[in-house]
Amino acid sequence: MSVTAYLVLACVLFAIGGTTVLVRRNSIVVFMGIELMLNAANLAFLAFSRMWGTLDGQLAAFFVMVVAAAEVVVGLAIIVSLFRTRRTVSVDDESLLRH
Amino acid sequence: MNAIDLTLLAAGAAEAPTGVSLMWLVIAIPLASAAVLLLAGRVADAWGHLLGVAASAAAFVVAAWAFFELLGREAGERSFNLGLFDWITGDEFSLQAGLRIDQLSISFVLLVTFVGTLIHIYSVAYMSHDKDRRRFFAYLNLFVAAMLLLVLGNSYLVLFVGWEGVGLASYLLIGFWNYRTDYAVAAKKAFVANRVGDVGLLIAMMTMFAHFGSLSFDDVFAQAGAAKVSVLTVIGLALLLAACGKSAQFPLQSWLGDAMAGPTPVSALIHAATMVTAGVYLVVRSGPIYSHTPNARLAVLVVGAITLLYGAIVGCAKDDMKKALAASTMSQIGYMMLAAGLGPIGAAFAIMHLLTHGFFKAGLFLGAGSVMHAMQDQVNMRRFGGLATAMRVTWITMLLGWLAILGIPPFSGFWSKDKIIEEAFIGEGWQPWVFGLVAMLGAGITAFYMSRLFFMVFHGQARWTDDQHPHEAPALMTVPMAILALGSVALGGILSLVGFAEWLKPVTQAFTEVEEQEPVLPVIVITLTTLVLVLAGAALAWVRFGSREAKVPILPPPAGALVKAAREDLFQDTANDVFLVRPGQAAVKGLTVLDTNVVDGAVRGIGWLVQTAGEKVRRWQNGYVRSYAATMLAGVILLAAIVLAVRL
Repeated sequence: MSVTAYLVLACVLFAIGGTTVLVRRNSIVVFMGIELMLNAANLAFLAFSRMWGTLDGQLAAFFVMVVAAAEVVVGLAIIVSLFRTRRTVSVDDESLLRH
Repeated sequence: MNAIDLTLLAAGAAEAPTGVSLMWLVIAIPLASAAVLLLAGRVADAWGHLLGVAASAAAFVVAAWAFFELLGREAGERSFNLGLFDWITGDEFSLQAGLRIDQLSISFVLLVTFVGTLIHIYSVAYMSHDKDRRRFFAYLNLFVAAMLLLVLGNSYLVLFVGWEGVGLASYLLIGFWNYRTDYAVAAKKAFVANRVGDVGLLIAMMTMFAHFGSLSFDDVFAQAGAAKVSVLTVIGLALLLAACGKSAQFPLQSWLGDAMAGPTPVSALIHAATMVTAGVYLVVRSGPIYSHTPNARLAVLVVGAITLLYGAIVGCAKDDMKKALAASTMSQIGYMMLAAGLGPIGAAFAIMHLLTHGFFKAGLFLGAGSVMHAMQDQVNMRRFGGLATAMRVTWITMLLGWLAILGIPPFSGFWSKDKIIEEAFIGEGWQPWVFGLVAMLGAGITAFYMSRLFFMVFHGQARWTDDQHPHEAPALMTVPMAILALGSVALGGILSLVGFAEWLKPVTQAFTEVEEQEPVLPVIVITLTTLVLVLAGAALAWVRFGSREAKVPILPPPAGALVKAAREDLFQDTANDVFLVRPGQAAVKGLTVLDTNVVDGAVRGIGWLVQTAGEKVRRWQNGYVRSYAATMLAGVILLAAIVLAVRL
């Protein structure tokens, strides 16, 4: 299979993830959208890595996964503590930092 | 350079005798006394005036000691430079602050300390009812210290410190009763007019530094002979401007009349005897510069001639006794300027007239103070008259001062003023005729206005207000007046007999060869004509103001254009107003409009812009994470589109 198919799939996944972040209010779901976007990027990295026959892309994918894991830890902790104090996980309700 | 100045320079290096080496004390003692009086506060109220008198007297004692030491030396060895401390040290420019004690400065120091001490004593009684008498003596001592620094400094920069010091003291003393707005305004006027002159002194010093690399008298005068005439002319004119400011000469003379707002002893000491003559000192001291620049010297002559007529004309019309005396001071300093502009020989007589004038004018002012004291601070001469019997001592002292200023032989003024008139007739071309005749005419007018003053105050019918009961002043006031009156009688004759001009010669003729010249008219003709004019002026005044038949109206009668103009100081204030004050105010107003609209407008405009923009942009900060994300996405897409568009 050519690299184009992988890139198209990565784009589709990224678009789904982005749309999820933009339109969903539940912060857990927003988080899933972000994971989806990150993994779409990973897929693109791997596809290019295969295409050029080098390991740089795979290395980058590993870094992305590590960062994503760390982000999940921090992000979920924030969501849990928010839920405990405010009884909601909707991102639109957490709009106190504004003009 | 000739022989005299070589010995003069050599003498500067010689070991100074004790009295001369202690000359720094004449400045330090009054200065310390002023500091004590100002800092001690009310504690010193009880004895402050005594300390003031003692400080001034002590300065006189030291000065007299140094004077007798100088007298005991050869004529060429009477000049000393007394180094005090290194003031400015640098590669390009170094200056040692020091004093110069020579025939010229010691004459001044003796005048300032002697007349100063007498006026201090007089003030003890004159100011006895003033609750601020201690502050008054502090300022007087400050003035004495500054004036002595002015005349003793051995460089223009040290002179400048004293120059500013006397300006400050003059300002403080004119405005001594500054709760009266017009007095405070008069003080400010004097200060501002003096600043104009100071600019001249600064320009002169900068020019000297640029061309000679030094400001000390010795260096500047030694190099003046080789310098370009144009440079010397600039320095000479700038120094003349400075002298005009300090000495109330045309065109900066308007402040002196208003300066009479100060207490009368101040008018006597500062605005008659000493400070206002500092300009004459400056011109005489700078003689080596003027002797190489005929144009600047001509300017000095013209200024002197104009002022001596100006002051005399104004003096004829003034009804305020002190203002008439102030106009007379202006006119007499005009004589000194004229003499100083004549060159080395005239300069000696300028200083001699300065000394005699210091005595008789201080005496006249103290007499005026005594009259005011007796007449409840009345200064309007139209309300005096017939005081001769009521105030015998004051009458006699003022009579002697009056004879001295008229130049009646053998009184003081004759010896100095007649000599100046004589010198004014020396020269070639039109100059001796113009300046000589002006000086002669001035003497006649002087006789008229001084006699008018004298007769209006002491003779004719009494025109007092009902509540006035004239009485003689206490001894503390009459004794200084009497001593000054003695000076008015004898000083001129004594100075002439002992050869004062000869004594000053090493200073006035240090850098110039002088050849004796004869006046364009025979001396006897000049003297007699002057005397006839003087007697005519006095007789006219007697007929109009002194005799029993003369009626002096209590209100100024309607008069012709010239008298009206003279009453208004020949429109000096109006001219200043039209040419300087109003354009200045208009310019300031314009600048204010510019400032509020353009400068402030720009600042406020920037503030308004940022605020309004912030008001609009902050709507985007809505707190919704998803809208931020959408914005970021839009941004990324935009950036990607731009990058791709550039690539393709």
